[in-house]
Amino acid sequence: MSEPIVWLTIFVLSVFVGVEVISKVSSTLHTPLMSGANAIHGVILVGAILVTGFTDSTGALVVGLVAIVLATINMVGGFVVTDRMLQMFGGRKRQEPKA
Amino acid sequence: MTPTWAQLCYLAAAVCFILALKGLSSPKTARNGNLIGAIGAVLACVTVFFAVELEHELSILVAIAVGTVIGVVGARRVQMTQMPQLVALFNGVGGGAAALVALLELQEATSGAGDVPTFDLVATAFTILVGAVSFSGSMVTFAKLQELMTTRPVTFPGLPVAFALAALCGLGLSVLLVLDPVMWVGVVLGFAGLLLGVLLVLPVGGADVPIVISLLNAFTGLTVAAGGYVLGNTLLLVAGTLVGASGTFLTKMMASAMGRSLVNTLFGALKGGSTLGAGEASDRPVRSAGPADVAILLAYANRVIIVPGYGLAVAQAQHTLRELVDELMAKGITVDYAIHPVAGRMPGHMNVLLAEAQVPYEQLKEMGDINGEFKQADVVLVVGANDVVNPAAKTTPGAPIFGMPILNADEAKQVIFMKRSMRPGFAGIENELLFDPKTTLLFGDAKDTMSKLLSAVKSL
Repeated sequence: MSEPIVWLTIFVLSVFVGVEVISKVSSTLHTPLMSGANAIHGVILVGAILVTGFTDSTGALVVGLVAIVLATINMVGGFVVTDRMLQMFGGRKRQEPKA
Repeated sequence: MTPTWAQLCYLAAAVCFILALKGLSSPKTARNGNLIGAIGAVLACVTVFFAVELEHELSILVAIAVGTVIGVVGARRVQMTQMPQLVALFNGVGGGAAALVALLELQEATSGAGDVPTFDLVATAFTILVGAVSFSGSMVTFAKLQELMTTRPVTFPGLPVAFALAALCGLGLSVLLVLDPVMWVGVVLGFAGLLLGVLLVLPVGGADVPIVISLLNAFTGLTVAAGGYVLGNTLLLVAGTLVGASGTFLTKMMASAMGRSLVNTLFGALKGGSTLGAGEASDRPVRSAGPADVAILLAYANRVIIVPGYGLAVAQAQHTLRELVDELMAKGITVDYAIHPVAGRMPGHMNVLLAEAQVPYEQLKEMGDINGEFKQADVVLVVGANDVVNPAAKTTPGAPIFGMPILNADEAKQVIFMKRSMRPGFAGIENELLFDPKTTLLFGDAKDTMSKLLSAVKSL
């Protein structure tokens, strides 16, 4: 199998997993789910660290550091705000809402 | 180049993200799900530091620290009512980061000798363009939700033409970049993306903004996936694709909860579909009453349904509302909250806000469950909501909210609106229900009026 095909396989399978895992969400949780997914794509931070760590021009370093700051805001802020939303749902007895 | 143990760590992080999304789709497991996602993200970031020899490590750590402080402070400080725009903002910076990463990778690739594979260039062009769209689009939605600019659709003659031109321009530059990978094309492509994002979101009005946030969220996910391909990093590919796919699906679900198609949401205003909004207060006669009269209506009812809206949350009146409901229930009245799927500013936003005020979960009824019960209700109390009970959604084709499922408050025997003024709701259209003979209006700031109402009910 050539490498692009491996990547394509991973991509297609991930699409199905992505749709499948959230297919039964109730509308109550749409906002936290969106926010949580938002935090997950903050993992672009890994990419930002990689490109910044391999650069040797000053200009690129500055741009890379900006990307790192932005990605970190996305990731950390995303998880914290999602937790804040969900905190309010927790702690009390309640029934499972119908979708 | 990446050691096997690091690849395994990335795999573990990817599994964490899948479990996180799974957890987030059920109320019981949601908080743990989010935590698992965060653990996965931390694992991924620690791994990258040990997996490869990085330069500028100190600067990178400082940048991460700065981002963490901004993110945590932003997320902790924000009022729950302003949360949708914060999510938009976080999404936008993520898209921006992805576009910058792709630009840097382009610079790296073009400065070296040898040809860059075509697939890589396609993915790079995609990341730059869509990342920039996501960034600028999210900034416009932020401005709309924060009311830094009008919340109504913004259109001008020639907007469709401008949009088409910008889209063609972006496409053309992408092709150019693939054929001839030079830095300046990438930069111009980024600017084209920024322009395209603004033009995409400007004509989207009021209540449709959350759907656009969700869509841009999915966009950012896909750019992260494409970026992962360019960098040869499987974790980014998997995580980005997960978010892209689930985000697209979520966007579709949100749109259908509002009775809108996605195409209509994005391009409805361009077709002239939502020009009906007046946006100004009407001077037609209405019936208004004071807190004492409304208290009597409420206290002698058997069945009361509360329709809470964004206005309630803005006035921070949800705690007083809960006290009022407790008081009514102590009098033996059956009271429920009817929660429209998009009450507040986003699907599920109102549930979060009422949960914050410690309203028991059992009293919150979803639209499908309660809509049949409005006929039996003696009094419906609409607090700071408007569009979600506007019968125009059923009766006026051409209204921007036409086709949106609404709460059937108009079927109740009495309707009380607590409103600050006669100003229309977020969608910017007049509500016929306000002028209905069975409707009573109680004007004033929701919190202030609610306390007066509470003491009036108590004294009965």
